[in-house]
Amino acid sequence: MSDLASTARVVRALGARSIRQTFRRPQLISPIVVFPTLLLAIQTGGAGAGVELPGFPPVQSFLQFMLAGSMMQSMMLAGNSGGIAFAVDIEMGFTDRLFAAPIPRFAIVLGRLAGTAALGLFAAIWFLAIGLVFGVRIEEGVVGALLMIVLVTLAALAFGTLGAALALRSGSASVVQGTFPLVFVILFLSTAFFPADLLLEPAQTLARINPLSFIAEAVRDPVISVFSGRELLEGFAGIVLVGAIGLTLCSMALRRRLRMG
Amino acid sequence: MPAIVVAGLERAFGEFRAVQGIDLEVGEGEIYGFLGPNGAGKTTTVRMLTTLLLPTGGRASVAGHDVVDEARRVRATIGVALQEAALDPLMTGRELIRLQATLQGLPPAAGRKRADALLERVDLAAAADRRVGTYSGGMQRRLDLAAALVHEPRVLFLDEPTTGLDPVSRKTIWEEVRALNDDGTTVFLTTQYLEEADQLADQVGIIDSGRIVAEGTPEALKGEVGHPHVELLVGEGAVVEAERVLGGLGRLLPPKDGKRVLVEVEHGSGDIPRVVRALDEAGIEVESLELVRPTLDDVFVAKTGHRLEAEEAAEGDEEPAPA
Repeated sequence: MSDLASTARVVRALGARSIRQTFRRPQLISPIVVFPTLLLAIQTGGAGAGVELPGFPPVQSFLQFMLAGSMMQSMMLAGNSGGIAFAVDIEMGFTDRLFAAPIPRFAIVLGRLAGTAALGLFAAIWFLAIGLVFGVRIEEGVVGALLMIVLVTLAALAFGTLGAALALRSGSASVVQGTFPLVFVILFLSTAFFPADLLLEPAQTLARINPLSFIAEAVRDPVISVFSGRELLEGFAGIVLVGAIGLTLCSMALRRRLRMG
Repeated sequence: MPAIVVAGLERAFGEFRAVQGIDLEVGEGEIYGFLGPNGAGKTTTVRMLTTLLLPTGGRASVAGHDVVDEARRVRATIGVALQEAALDPLMTGRELIRLQATLQGLPPAAGRKRADALLERVDLAAAADRRVGTYSGGMQRRLDLAAALVHEPRVLFLDEPTTGLDPVSRKTIWEEVRALNDDGTTVFLTTQYLEEADQLADQVGIIDSGRIVAEGTPEALKGEVGHPHVELLVGEGAVVEAERVLGGLGRLLPPKDGKRVLVEVEHGSGDIPRVVRALDEAGIEVESLELVRPTLDDVFVAKTGHRLEAEEAAEGDEEPAPA
């Protein structure tokens, strides 16, 4: 078996393990599914009249607008949960088992990220299903839905790199868990939950430069309107930016951890 | 060719020098017992030899491969069971062994077959589909050992494999280690238990404060610190007379509790009839007699000035966590 094929097998096996780990540990899965679903229900029920506000984009319903936000929340929390699980592995010495195996050591990080991406995929399908069940129309149809799934999966992968980097650097699950509120700060300072035009300054400016806003808009675009190449490109650019920063940090933290033992 | 060669190996954590230039050689097919108290540098040495920690000085090779320059080749030839069984409590035993098989590059079918065989070997077949978190300490150690064997390693590193286990589980691990060694596997075993090193090891290295203070076969090491001695409990008031009689048979050691007479005997059990005859002829009544052989603890005392067993009993401080 070639080195590449063998590494791909390892990444797949570690990814499968991290998915199993998430589903077997309620404290890891509930932030990805339960919290965002509850928040979606509360916001849709309580703030539905917001669609009437001047400056709100034309949408079929508040749920149609909110789907992308819930996917962003779920995907970011998947990255955070992935980081916590990775830190738990470090704390209990499981990563030593992996580091002692004859595999490229970055494959261990990639395995964790593959699991996080799979959880992003799950989150995208989950919220898409909720939307469809409650009558949301996907303006761009099946292609639009597939595009959303791809974007959310890749975004989970990108944000997962930040959680993994923090886990590798700190080796502490409580440190990674401590960044949980930061997820909400980033979310609320983006256009995930509110249109930028309805935000007050300085939140509006911050939201306009927040990479998450570009990703959220790219995910929302095929749901609420006809396909826009620009939104899509900006979304992918946001994912690439976050992923590149995260991978660089991961690589630095991994090198440090291996050097320090 | 030796399985492990270590020359001047060092590891410092900031100012603290955990391992201070150790040299050792482990022959192919040998069991090497690395004995020392908590914080002596055992785990740090194992982590360097298993490529989990970079040395700050010196060199080491395992199975002919340098641990720094050929780390991945080293990892392909070794099996590792670290101090704390590094197991995921949420995985089942079977899942863990199969994952380990994948990590070691076994094809899926071969990995599944090997996992089943190993679970059978360590007597965990019935518990294979239970989550590891439900296993006892002994079961977890056996599973960890099985995982380390998945690719039939040439050299097996066991870092304190029986710490915290009950006597029955400890014996099971010992039997498994012996069986592996009989099959030709070289075993590098760290332990803080004297009996474990004595029972299992062909060669023993004693480490204290990051330095190897003694090395050799258990018998040779014990031989270095003196001969066995006979310990006698004699009737009240007979101690002085017993010492006078036995003084001609061997070197007298300071009496114990004022009632026990200790005399060194060169030929061990072969000298007991002479001792008994001499006491009988002098009319001294003996309440009990015991032949006491030097232990590795005596070796440890002779080399370091303090007892290993006393440190075992005391709360040991762990080796420093890497910064």
